[in-house]
Amino acid sequence: MASLKDLRNRIASVKATQKITKAMQMVAAAKLRRAQEAAIAARPYAERMDKVLANIAASVAGKETAPELLAGTGKDDVHMLVVFTAERGLAGAFNASIVRKARLDARRLIGEGKTVKLFLVGKKGNDMLRREFEKEIGERMDFRGVRNIAFEQAQGVAEKLLTLFDEGAFDVATIYYARFESVISQVPVAQRVIPVEIAEEDDGEHAASYHYEYEPSEEEILADLLPRNLAVQVFRALLENAASEQGARMSAMDNATRNAGDMIDRLSLSYNRQRQAQITTELIEIISGAESL
Amino acid sequence: MADPFRFELVTPTALLVSEEADQVVVPGQEGQFTVLRQHAPFMTTLKPGMVEVTKSGGETERFYVRGGFADTTPESLTILADEAVPETEVNADLIEAHLREAEEELEAAGGDFHRHASAQKRISDLHDVRRWIIPA
Repeated sequence: MASLKDLRNRIASVKATQKITKAMQMVAAAKLRRAQEAAIAARPYAERMDKVLANIAASVAGKETAPELLAGTGKDDVHMLVVFTAERGLAGAFNASIVRKARLDARRLIGEGKTVKLFLVGKKGNDMLRREFEKEIGERMDFRGVRNIAFEQAQGVAEKLLTLFDEGAFDVATIYYARFESVISQVPVAQRVIPVEIAEEDDGEHAASYHYEYEPSEEEILADLLPRNLAVQVFRALLENAASEQGARMSAMDNATRNAGDMIDRLSLSYNRQRQAQITTELIEIISGAESL
Repeated sequence: MADPFRFELVTPTALLVSEEADQVVVPGQEGQFTVLRQHAPFMTTLKPGMVEVTKSGGETERFYVRGGFADTTPESLTILADEAVPETEVNADLIEAHLREAEEELEAAGGDFHRHASAQKRISDLHDVRRWIIPA
């Protein structure tokens, strides 16, 4: 049985922990708002970009001059998995669920006899994957010191990918990140970025596709547009991830705060009980001592 | 008068304009062009320069864009800009910063003819913008 002093210390320490989790929850809530706004603000650009790309892709589709970024290398042997995770933990299952998705895909691809390469963005993914996939991990990047994700960071990742692609280091690239649905729901997704996945037109608006004039030529525009599209997709992944991370952390810390509260209640109860038992014992001792006289 | 059409100006971080416009002047890579309603479908890259929007109400607004794409259809114009700043917020420092970046790109281009040429063009476009911002 723990002594009263032990219990007192225990309660004090759980209270201190609760203060920390509470503070982390509030910080996450504040950051979440900003991250969410940024993620939403970035959506129109990515959507318009998809539309423009779909337009051009339709007009160059099937041509031999179609760039490899759009049409692929014609092979499917080397897969590059780009896994975006957070720099820090304590965000519930956020990092684990992204990593799990990537890990399953990596195992499946290896099982199919493909070569898998990993490009890890964020420290946590590296921590979690390096044991199993030590020799697959090629590139690593992290944004430790970066406060707010800006387009430059996305461009950095995209440029690295493009350089590797130009060197023929891989055939297919897929990015893994968590799409922000709501504070309590973040869905890990895998999105193929090289070759580009062209969204199916669902509104039928562009079905009667225009015959565009291009200036400069289609090829030159595509050569400019495709790398930019990659950066935009990466940027979107980073922003969605940032919002998801804060959302996950907020609900994880909310749970932790509540658990700490429950624990304090339980500990206080047994503390009080023990204190009363002690007082009772003392009283009995005094009374029985007095009676024996 | 000109019929209005849908005009949108978006950057990776924001949707800056989304409204009806009568006329928009766009700094296309191979020359400035004006878009009215019923413009032929046209897609071009942009050079650094000013986009001038005449809104349905008749007032005009200008934006500095650093580059990007314009997607023109008979009913709409969408500009996907790398970076766009309203005229009132443009200052010399911003242009100078972009100029420096372009100059670095020129240095980095080395023997790559294509890169060299595009960086050089960029610099001269930016000089034009600067002249417009700070009248000599």
